[in-house]
Amino acid sequence: MMKEIRILKDHGKQYIPDLRKQPVSERFRGRPVISSGISAAEIERAATICPVDAIDGRNGAIDLGRCTFCNECALALPESYHFTNDYRIAATGREDLIIRPGQADPLRIDETAIRPEVRKLFRRSLKLRQVSAGGDNSCEMELAASGNVNFDLGRYGIEFVASPRHADGIVITGPVTENMSEALEICYRAVPSPKVIILVGTDAISGGLFTGSPALQRRFIEHHKADLYVPGNPAHPLTFINGIMDLLGL
Amino acid sequence: MNQPSYKELKNGAAPVMITEIPVLENYLFHETVKDLLADKSNHCVSYYCQVYSGRLKFICCIAGDDNGSIMIFSHEMRKDDPPLKSLTPDCPAMHIFEREIHENQGVKFEGHPWLKPVRYPTDRADRLSIMDNYPFYQIESEELHEVGVGPIHAGVIEPGHFRFICNGEKVLHLEIQLGYQHRGIEKLFIDKTEALQQCILAENIAGDTAIGHGLAHAQLIESLAGIEVCEALQIERCIALEMERIAIHIGDTAALSGDVAYQLGQVTCEALRTMVINTTQYWCGNRFGKGLVRPGGSNYPLTDKTADEILTVLGEVVRRYENVTGCIYTLPSVLGRFEDIGTVTGQQARSTGAVGMAARSCGILRDTRMTHPFQYYRSYRVDPVTLDSGDVLARGMLRVLEVKASADIIRGLIDAWRRSEKSVGKPLYDYRLRPDSFAISLTEGWRGEICHSAVTDSEGNITHYKIKDPSQHNWMALALAVRNQEISDFPVCNKSFNLSYCGHDL
Repeated sequence: MMKEIRILKDHGKQYIPDLRKQPVSERFRGRPVISSGISAAEIERAATICPVDAIDGRNGAIDLGRCTFCNECALALPESYHFTNDYRIAATGREDLIIRPGQADPLRIDETAIRPEVRKLFRRSLKLRQVSAGGDNSCEMELAASGNVNFDLGRYGIEFVASPRHADGIVITGPVTENMSEALEICYRAVPSPKVIILVGTDAISGGLFTGSPALQRRFIEHHKADLYVPGNPAHPLTFINGIMDLLGL
Repeated sequence: MNQPSYKELKNGAAPVMITEIPVLENYLFHETVKDLLADKSNHCVSYYCQVYSGRLKFICCIAGDDNGSIMIFSHEMRKDDPPLKSLTPDCPAMHIFEREIHENQGVKFEGHPWLKPVRYPTDRADRLSIMDNYPFYQIESEELHEVGVGPIHAGVIEPGHFRFICNGEKVLHLEIQLGYQHRGIEKLFIDKTEALQQCILAENIAGDTAIGHGLAHAQLIESLAGIEVCEALQIERCIALEMERIAIHIGDTAALSGDVAYQLGQVTCEALRTMVINTTQYWCGNRFGKGLVRPGGSNYPLTDKTADEILTVLGEVVRRYENVTGCIYTLPSVLGRFEDIGTVTGQQARSTGAVGMAARSCGILRDTRMTHPFQYYRSYRVDPVTLDSGDVLARGMLRVLEVKASADIIRGLIDAWRRSEKSVGKPLYDYRLRPDSFAISLTEGWRGEICHSAVTDSEGNITHYKIKDPSQHNWMALALAVRNQEISDFPVCNKSFNLSYCGHDL
C-alpha cells in the first residue's frame, strides 16, 4: 500500500487544468497561416507539392479537411506557408476548414451552425460511440487518449460508451471502407435520436490520401451532415476536446 | 537443374533483376519451400502472386535467421493450369499466404485445410464471397453456443469480428474474421506515384507503427533507387523506432492493467506514454512520428537539444515505469489474471509463423534487428529479450523488459550519433527506381517483423507492392491462445497481443 502511495506521489498531478490553454511543442502542426502576398507561382508550386490536393491552385487556400499536415508546403515555401501550433482547428461547417491567404485570426466555430437541441440536451452529458471505418489506429488512439489521466475528457461528462443504445452520437474515424459501410449505417441507426455525428481525422472528413480508392464507400458521409469536423492526421486530443467544448458551449 | 534453386539477398541490399530470381517447376518449388522451412532457423517472410507478362508469378521469400540472408525464388503458372498442391499441411505457417493468393487470384490450393477469405479486397477473384457469408467453422451440438463480437467493439478500437464457440464459459474455438479495414493500400502504392504520397501512405498502413512501416518503405525505395544514407540518419531512424516501441509497450501496460481493473497501473502508464509520444512530437511535430521518416534524408534531423530532451524524458520515464511495473507484476490479483492465461506454446508459435513479441514470449528468438539487421543495427548489436511461458504474463513482462532494453539501446545510439559525422540532407522525392527489379525490406516494428517488397517494370514504375504486417501471422496465435480459456479472459489475451486490424486488412 505504501508503495502505491509513493508511486502516486511520485507521478504527481497529471491532469491538464486548462484544456483551452495547454501549450504544445513548437513543432506541432495545427492551424496554418498563409501569407497574404503569396504569388501565383508560389501557389502553383505549393499545389504541386501537396500530396492530397488540399491546396487550392487558384488562390492557395488550404483545406484542413484534406490536409495530412505533412508540412511539405511550409518546408518548401516558408515565407508563404506556416503551420502554427494552434490546435483549435475543429469546425462545425465543412467550408470553415478552408484557410485562406491572409487569414491569421484563430478559428472560432460558427455557432449558428449548431442545432439548438445539441447544446440543450448534451451540454452536461455527452456519450459517444466510436466507429473506426478504415482508420489507421492513430486517430483511435488519440480519441482514447482524450479520456486518459492527462486530458480527462470525462470531467465534462463526455465519454465513449460501449453500445450505440447508450450513445448520443457517433464519432467516425477512417476513410469509410466498403467493408465497414454497412456496420456504420447500422450503428448510426441504433443510436437514439436526436444524435450528433463527429468526423475525426482527415481520412474521415475527406478520404485523405485514400481518396479514389475503390475500396472506399463514402455514401454515409455524403448523405449525412456532420455536426463537428476535427481535422488532423491524427487529430490531437486537444483538437478533439476543444472542438467538443466549442460545440457544447462549455 | 544446375542453377541454384534460390537467389540470396541481404535485408535492404541492392535489388535483384526479376530475371535473376530462379523460376522453379511447381514440384521443385513445393519441395524447396518444404526443405527450407524444415530448418527451424528459416521462416517465410513473404509469398505472393502477381500477374506478370500474362502469367501468374509466385514469388516466395524465406529468411534464414542464422545467416541473415533472404532466399528468393519463384514459380509460374497460367490461370487455368491444374490446382497447386497446398504447402499448408506440411508448413502451417504458409496458410495465410496461400489464403491470400487464393482470395486475390482465385488460385486453388489442393489439400489446404482452411482456404478461407482473408480480407475481402475490392478486386478479389470471387465477388460472390462477401463479408456476410464468411464460412465460420461450426460444431453441431446442443451443449455448445456461439458468441459473436464485433465488427464494432466496445472500446475505441478498430473493427473485426470474433466468433467464439463456447462450452459454458469455456472457449473451445475462436475464429477471427477480418477485412473491415481494407482500404486497398497495396494498390494505392501503384496508383499514387508521387514519392511523398507513398511515404504518407506507408505511415498510414498502421498509424500506431508509423515509424516501423515508414522505415520499411523508405528502406525499400532507397534500395530500388540506389540511395545511400549517412550513418547519422540511420542512427536517428533506429532511435525513432525504439521510441515507438517504448511508447506502445507502456501504453499496452496501461491497457492490460485497465483490463484487470488495476487503476494505478493504468493511469500511471497512460501518463508515461504521453511523456514519450510528446517527446516524439517535440522532435518532429507529430506524436506518432508521422513525417519523420523519409527516403534519403530527413525534414527533422536530430539535434543536440532534441537528443538531450529524449535522454532526460527517457530517464524519468524508465525510472517511474520500473517502479510501477514492479507493483503491477507482483500484485497477486493481477498475476492471478495473467499467469497461465492465454498460453501459446513454442511449437504453436513456430507452426503458425508467429513473429515479434508473440514469438519472443514463447522462447523463439525472432527479431530482425539481430537476425537481418537494417540501418544502424548493422553496427549496433541488439540482444533481444525472450521469455518462455507464452502466456499473458510473458507478453506483459516482455514489454517491461523491452522498454528497459530499448531505453538502453537509445542511450547507446545517441552516444554513437554524437560521434557520427552529421550530413543528413533533405528528403529525396525525385528518384528513379531500377527497372525490372525486385527489392525487399524488413524492419522490426514494436509488434514484430514488417516486410515490404516491390517489383518494378521496364520503366522503373512499381507494378506490385506487397506489405506484410506482423499481425498477419499473429492473429492465428491469438485464436489459439484463447482455446480452453474462460471467455472472460479474452480481453486480456487480446490486449496482450495488441494486433493490428488495419495492418492486416491493408
